[in-house]
Amino acid sequence: MTLQITQTLDARGLSCPMPIVKTAQAIKTIASGSLIEVLATDPGSVKDFAAWSRTTGNELVEQTTDGGVFRFVLRRK
Amino acid sequence: MTTPTLERTVLRPLDPLATAVADVDGWPEAAPAPDDGTPTKTKELVIVDWSGDLDKIWPVLILSSTAAASGVRCRVFVTFWGLLPFVKDDKRIVGDNWMQKMLTLMQRPGIDHLKLSKMNFMGMGPWMMGTLRKQYNVASPRELLEAATAMGVEFIPCQMTMDMFGLKREDLIDEMGEPAGAATAIEIMTEADASLFI
Repeated sequence: MTLQITQTLDARGLSCPMPIVKTAQAIKTIASGSLIEVLATDPGSVKDFAAWSRTTGNELVEQTTDGGVFRFVLRRK
Repeated sequence: MTTPTLERTVLRPLDPLATAVADVDGWPEAAPAPDDGTPTKTKELVIVDWSGDLDKIWPVLILSSTAAASGVRCRVFVTFWGLLPFVKDDKRIVGDNWMQKMLTLMQRPGIDHLKLSKMNFMGMGPWMMGTLRKQYNVASPRELLEAATAMGVEFIPCQMTMDMFGLKREDLIDEMGEPAGAATAIEIMTEADASLFI
């Protein structure tokens, strides 16, 4: 089953805390229950997106790595 | 006695964290919302921003903008040296008397003119820090301040310091909240889930 992604946020090249800050801003533009895909290259974002998901309640649906690029799929609460 | 051999490769190229995470089976569930009808209290963070140094105001802005991005209400009580970075860009010398003017003459106010608490070396340190920042694509204090205010971080200037430094409300950036005193700082700190003095 492929996930229905509503929006993609390219946070590649950005350092902490900008991938999280930009995700928080972008997720507000999609409807509750919709999915946003975030691409990041900051290795710290792996732990940070899990923490952010727990703090905000926005579910981390999928997390993959392709080379140096981390991909997160989050569902808006 | 034999020396134990390391079975795993210690240094992997580029992204050891990613490799570690790829081995993790499943992800922790997001915190379930309580369904007993009681409203959940928004988490709160209060930071007392005392220092105007680059290496201190940077974490203040990183933590406050991340708090706001995480749905945590964040208020920053800005006092003493912390106030100078919040002076508007077009203000160079502020204050009424010569002593107050001397302060901003010696320490240029504004978010783009910050010194390091150590290794300042007449501005060489901050210049190198700025070069490294660009090289590693780290957000500048100005960018973080803009993000923080846009996401609703409240910056509360200390009235007493403003009086002592000769700073007027119009000298400070428009995004700052109403000036307040120590009792306000104590109230918001004791009510918050966490408070920091930076």
